[in-house]
Amino acid sequence: MTLKNPEYDFKWCPGCGDFGVRRGLEGALEKYLAETEQPSENTVVVAGIGCSGNMVHMLEKEQPFGIHGIHGRSLPISMGVKMGNPDLNVVVVAGDGDFLGIGAEHIAPQAMRNLNITAIVMDNGVYGLTKGQSSPTTDLGVITSSTPYGKMEEKVHPLRNYLTMGVSFIGSTISNKVKDMSDMMYQAMSHPGFSIVHIQSPCTEYNNTYEALKGSVKKGIEPLAYDIPEGHDPSDPEAAQEVVNADGIPLGIIFRDTSRPTFDQKVKDTTGSKEMKSVESLIEGFTI
Amino acid sequence: MDVPCFLDNGHEEETLKKQDFVVRFAGEGGQGVVTSAEGLAQAMAQSGYHVQTFSTFPSQIRGGPTWTQTRISTETVLSPGDELDVLVAFNEYAYENHKDDVASDGVIVYNQGEFDIEDTDNALGMDFDELAKQTGNNRAANFVVMGALAQLVGLPLRVLEEFNRERYTRGRPSDQQIIDSNNMALSLGSAEGDKSGFVLGEIAEAVKPEGEQILVNGNIAISLGATAAGLEIFVGYPISPATPILLWMEQNLVGEGKFVYQSTSEIESITSIVGAGFAGKKAMTSTAGPGFSLMGEGLGLAWMAEIPLVVVNVQRGGPSTGLPTKTEQSDLLTALYPGHGDIKLPVIAPGTVEECFYAGIMAINWAERYQGPVVLLSEHAMSERRQNIPLPDVSKVEVENRKTYEGSNGYLRYDGFELSPMPIPGGSGAYIANGSEHDAMGDTTHLPARHIQMTERRFSKLDLLNDGTFESENASANVALVPWGGSKGPALAAYNKLIDDGMDLGWYYSMYVHPMPKEMLDALKKKDLVIVPELNYMGQFASVLRSEGIKAVAITQYTGLPFKVGELATRVKDLVSNSVAEGVSA
Repeated sequence: MTLKNPEYDFKWCPGCGDFGVRRGLEGALEKYLAETEQPSENTVVVAGIGCSGNMVHMLEKEQPFGIHGIHGRSLPISMGVKMGNPDLNVVVVAGDGDFLGIGAEHIAPQAMRNLNITAIVMDNGVYGLTKGQSSPTTDLGVITSSTPYGKMEEKVHPLRNYLTMGVSFIGSTISNKVKDMSDMMYQAMSHPGFSIVHIQSPCTEYNNTYEALKGSVKKGIEPLAYDIPEGHDPSDPEAAQEVVNADGIPLGIIFRDTSRPTFDQKVKDTTGSKEMKSVESLIEGFTI
Repeated sequence: MDVPCFLDNGHEEETLKKQDFVVRFAGEGGQGVVTSAEGLAQAMAQSGYHVQTFSTFPSQIRGGPTWTQTRISTETVLSPGDELDVLVAFNEYAYENHKDDVASDGVIVYNQGEFDIEDTDNALGMDFDELAKQTGNNRAANFVVMGALAQLVGLPLRVLEEFNRERYTRGRPSDQQIIDSNNMALSLGSAEGDKSGFVLGEIAEAVKPEGEQILVNGNIAISLGATAAGLEIFVGYPISPATPILLWMEQNLVGEGKFVYQSTSEIESITSIVGAGFAGKKAMTSTAGPGFSLMGEGLGLAWMAEIPLVVVNVQRGGPSTGLPTKTEQSDLLTALYPGHGDIKLPVIAPGTVEECFYAGIMAINWAERYQGPVVLLSEHAMSERRQNIPLPDVSKVEVENRKTYEGSNGYLRYDGFELSPMPIPGGSGAYIANGSEHDAMGDTTHLPARHIQMTERRFSKLDLLNDGTFESENASANVALVPWGGSKGPALAAYNKLIDDGMDLGWYYSMYVHPMPKEMLDALKKKDLVIVPELNYMGQFASVLRSEGIKAVAITQYTGLPFKVGELATRVKDLVSNSVAEGVSA
């Protein structure tokens, strides 16, 4: 919340990818507020539980409203906020365990509704706050504290899943590319519908993937992350499908469909346009 | 707000004419069992009688054994009725299963087109469908049955003819044809009744209740009450027996700024109304046992982050899937303590259909006032029960809204040990609504002083809910009968009976289970014995009262069905005499 709150006793570890994500989000919010001329109180940041969820307390610029809620439930909470007041800019901050593990059931329904919020997913491939258990995006066979003989399930492919589920804006980036990230988050917030910015945000303590993602010429390691070629058309579902099916971590906006109405718009056009009967007449309908 | 009570009614008076009839319709789902019972209730209510229906049916879409009971009285109906004056059996299975509930002077009306009864002399057989066919309207079987019933209970046919005319005057070309065939069905049924020679007595003429009446069930009454209190957002997941509340909301809570939605789970229901409550809206969900179990964590968040919302739990029977279509009062403890950690939620448990309306209002008001979650605890038996109640005067409803923060930014939302105004997103005073223990601005902290402050703050807010009303009768008695929730009706009928028998017994009742009116608590603490009739195994309310230092003993029943008045009165009497033997002065 404020830069120095002595009572707040949580810290990210040195080198944590979430520091970069914070700067990216602060930049995106600054731009969004400037462009839309909205006060910061018009934004609500809904956080899950985990290292990533602490983002809501770590923002140092103008303060938005926040909810630090329940592990896995940031999406349905955000639905209540957004449908309670569709004029709000609602941003979910969550980790891979929160979003893709315990909370996975909530992604598809919001995609089908096209809930007009932005989810920022910090993917470090590990449960950091509980000290290093395997997560949905941990690779098959990896030894962690909860998989002492190697992880037995295949890793989840979040980008493929988002596309299949019908998420209408999908961006993928990495925590050290702050400027790109800010721009992508801004575009996601401006997108009319359900947008996800999926960020590789390495955990230096339990799953340091910086080198694997960025590669090392010295060590002869090919980078996993690569920029999506400039000619990619995000409005083309087949092109998007090709990107998410390819190996490696694509960086850039993968998919953007602006043709679907948002959830709040649909509600406004259907039940919202009906005239509600007065309570008196609703009651009188049961008169004997 | 005054919630009317029925203490002045219910005393049965000896007159030549009968005050009260109980009719049960039993058969197969789809045979018109429910429509017959509800049609009879509607017709009798229109004529000024007091009515109450009671249903139980299997958890399947079509078919299966089902029954609905209608009680007709010249006075407010307190219970479904212990014994049947008339059993209408649509098939043999229904006859076999319900014949033992028929009073010794009762009559069985059965569908001779389906089966025959030879082993009793109090059965009136007629071919429902064949008689209906004679009217030219195959769907008039219900009216054939009602005609026979009218004859048996001495009800003038014109009462039913009037109901028929009103019900089927719908501005359609076929209206007159249907009305004529139904009237003919009434006459045919009545003639059959007459031929049988059975007479159950003559029902006394109805004394029309003062003021206008409505005929609703508990689920609708709750929905109307919450709407009257300004409900704006409702998210729910289908579950018996709470689904009708969701459907009512989908149909009626519409317009700008309203949002009603069927969620993908009860977890989504509760967490989304947490979000809506945080955004400044009056939000509610409804569910039953299994869904309520899933809501525990979300209710904890609302308690911790101080967010107003209402959860309606329409109780059904048993743990797990249990008895989805039967009644029980076994969710009291989980309603009070739905989650981990130090938490005790406000619980309002209406005891009558009429109270359901006021409970809907007060649940929303309480949530707004103390800025936290409120549980409205209803029951299956009440949710399906249709009853005539006085038309509520909406102009007298007091609607409360939360105190909101209007100052500048930099506000300490969770400062102090008591309730403070709540900032609303979009307005000033941004803060973090935090389910982790937090400091005054909502940031996570582990400082002991903060946990002490916030825990005490959360519990102190319950003191704001001190306006619950209660009923008391014969307050000087050392022994009191103290029911809760839907057992109120049968308990009150049993109480009236015991008082008539000369027992010195006190009566206390409040739908405000927590926080309970202080004056009532103090009075109960002085009693030698407090008897709590309740539909569960553990004696949940009695244990809550004991934790307050009250000498409470439960009379329990866990059949999936409501108490029978006669049985309950006997058990109260036995419990009192046993206690007297053990030294209680009654």
